[in-house]
Amino acid sequence: MLHTFVALVEDKPGVLTRVASLFRRLNINIISLTVGHSERSDVSRMTIVAEAPAGAGHRIKASLFKLENVLDVDDVGQFSCVVRELALIKVAATQQSRAPIFQLAEVYRARIVDLAPESLMLEITGVAAKIEGLIQVLSEGDNPILEVSRTGRMVMRRGQHTSRVLEAMRVSSPEEEPIIPVTISEGDLEVFSGDPNHPL
Amino acid sequence: MTEKPAIPAASQPTRLTGAEIVWATLAGEGVRTVFGYPGGAILPVYDALRKYPIRHVLVRHEQSAAHMADGYARASGRVGVAVATSGPGATNLVTGIATAMLDSVPMVCITGQISSKLLGTDAFQEVDITGITLPITKHNYIVTRPQDIAPVLREAFLIARSGRPGPVLVDITKDAQQASADFDFEAAAPSPHRPHPMLSAEHDAISESIALILGAKRPIILAGHGILESGAMDQIRTLAERLHIPVASTLLGIGAFPASHDLSLGMMGMHGEAWVNQAIQQSDLLIACGMRFDDRVTGVLASYAPNAKKIHIEIDPSEVNKNVKVDIALVGDLREILETILPHIAPRKDSAWVRAVNAMKGDAAVRDIKNLPDLGHLYAAHVIHDLWRATDGNAIVVTDVGQHQMWEAQYYKHDSPRTLITSGGLGTMGYALPAAIGAKLACPEKEVWVIAGDGGFQMTSAELSTIVQEHLDINIAVMNNGFLGMVRQWQEFIYEGKYSCVKILSPDFVKLADAHGIAGASVSKRADVLPAVETARNSGAAFLINFMVEKEDAVYPMIAPGSALDEMIRRPSNGHNPLLETSEEP
Repeated sequence: MLHTFVALVEDKPGVLTRVASLFRRLNINIISLTVGHSERSDVSRMTIVAEAPAGAGHRIKASLFKLENVLDVDDVGQFSCVVRELALIKVAATQQSRAPIFQLAEVYRARIVDLAPESLMLEITGVAAKIEGLIQVLSEGDNPILEVSRTGRMVMRRGQHTSRVLEAMRVSSPEEEPIIPVTISEGDLEVFSGDPNHPL
Repeated sequence: MTEKPAIPAASQPTRLTGAEIVWATLAGEGVRTVFGYPGGAILPVYDALRKYPIRHVLVRHEQSAAHMADGYARASGRVGVAVATSGPGATNLVTGIATAMLDSVPMVCITGQISSKLLGTDAFQEVDITGITLPITKHNYIVTRPQDIAPVLREAFLIARSGRPGPVLVDITKDAQQASADFDFEAAAPSPHRPHPMLSAEHDAISESIALILGAKRPIILAGHGILESGAMDQIRTLAERLHIPVASTLLGIGAFPASHDLSLGMMGMHGEAWVNQAIQQSDLLIACGMRFDDRVTGVLASYAPNAKKIHIEIDPSEVNKNVKVDIALVGDLREILETILPHIAPRKDSAWVRAVNAMKGDAAVRDIKNLPDLGHLYAAHVIHDLWRATDGNAIVVTDVGQHQMWEAQYYKHDSPRTLITSGGLGTMGYALPAAIGAKLACPEKEVWVIAGDGGFQMTSAELSTIVQEHLDINIAVMNNGFLGMVRQWQEFIYEGKYSCVKILSPDFVKLADAHGIAGASVSKRADVLPAVETARNSGAAFLINFMVEKEDAVYPMIAPGSALDEMIRRPSNGHNPLLETSEEP
């Protein structure tokens, strides 16, 4: 099954290798791994999606904790989360053949971010199934897909959850800000599912 | 030895070179002995060493430096330190680091590295040692600035000895060693470890455990290495004695509970005595303390202790439910957890279970082989048994890997902790001689014996020179059977007796010792064992005994791979072998 972990790690050289090497060592394939800044300086946030047996979550989490640069780990599979992925898709299309792609983009709420004489580029955000849906429809059309670049999943738990470990460590916290009440837009509802494996 | 000046005052900042900071930090951490080998990229550190009161043991191969630091740590409980240069010096440490990793031994390895400007250029003796050791260290660092050396080294010591201990490698570039920085030992103190939310021994789990322990009819304590690391020897003994719970040890748990105690069963697992494994299979409650259900102790998992509830007390949450599914996991420091449990355990008078376990010994019994005839043969088991008697069980015994290692675990009764030093997890041949050097330097007042086979001994026998150079009184027993014995035994049992590459030619070990200036003797008769052992013990210097033992003897009982714990290969009772497992005379 697919496991999803959020790891808060020190922003230092070599940390990504340590995390990736752990999965290699356990002979577990990483489906996607995204890394970027978090709300705290010096702390990076990784979202790791991996294919592993159902009972493997505890051991992966405990093994991640054994890495000195890993500050906190959350096995988010069981929680209600917002899951997002971004993709850039380049499609071969001339002036004459663009129209159907514009229509598709409309349906999938994708954006045209580049337009060249013989190609165009789409940007789409959503759960994996939505992106895969667009790719599927595009590949069935007459305009060949030239390139696809996907970020892999980013996951954040819903509600007022935050890392207790980082709080306990008093790692530099974000500026005091009033808690913004949770608002759900229509678009969210359409693509949201608590289950990251849910098709939409 | 010339007097060395005292450590510079550590309380206020001093301007030092990076190389000096290395030693000043080690001295501040209480390090008195390091094991190492100089080379180009670590020259500044070796130059600075002359100013510091730290003993450096020059090894003959860096692998031995790591094993010595490991043996030093296991004998003393303190962090062992090994030093090597870049490139081949660093890669030679690898086997020793992996050995320490698999057995959770606190160790800090310091390697020189080429200057930071040259990193990644394939400069002379450059190797990516932090990349190479990533999976076999608890953590590792590369340091390129002198001001980072003290904080990194102090953090390395903290990591090495905290939680489940392990080796940490610190790679220091040559320019960082040469440049200067302010040194303030106190200011370099590491920040406290991050909280670990997976460490939990919750109230409910504790009360559940107490109920299971009090309700069990056939409980067994599985005593592992964690007892030594946590210092929970007294607590384990109290628990066992209050409820009359038999105690089975893992290989690395030997010494955590006195072997001569009535409740001690001995070593469990692949070469455990028959009654130990039978008792585990019949048990209704396993209290696993600081052990990890390694494949060598469980046999095939599907049939392991089928009727037993399992309580696992362990500091590393990644070990919980890894091999054996347990009913209750208490994740945390073993001693603290036992201290919480013990007040709820009232002493009991008697245990039918202990009588039943003792009765099991009757069939497999009694391995006290003192009075069995040897029929003119010399058996390694006899030698080890006699060595135990001669040393009154008080020596530190450092073994290599193979048959002799198992015989040692079976026949040398260890009553006190940290007296058996052996490579359990990685099973590193060549470990014994260098690890014994480390152990002797950690505990100079203790009698130290190396027990090694003729194969493993030759892997690191160059360290005989180190013993002489350092004037160490270490006694060496080589169990010489002309074979790589354990592999030969597997080929006999599992490959239909077809031998492949297991016959090994050795030099005359007594002459080899003599060439190093070490006295020695060869023994091939049982009657000569004790006199030779006494000569070695009274020689006041290193001594080597070459025991010419039975060539094709096997370690019994043995659980073949893929078999259950109670499916043992037993010693054939054809009357020819004196080491019968029945108490009858052959």
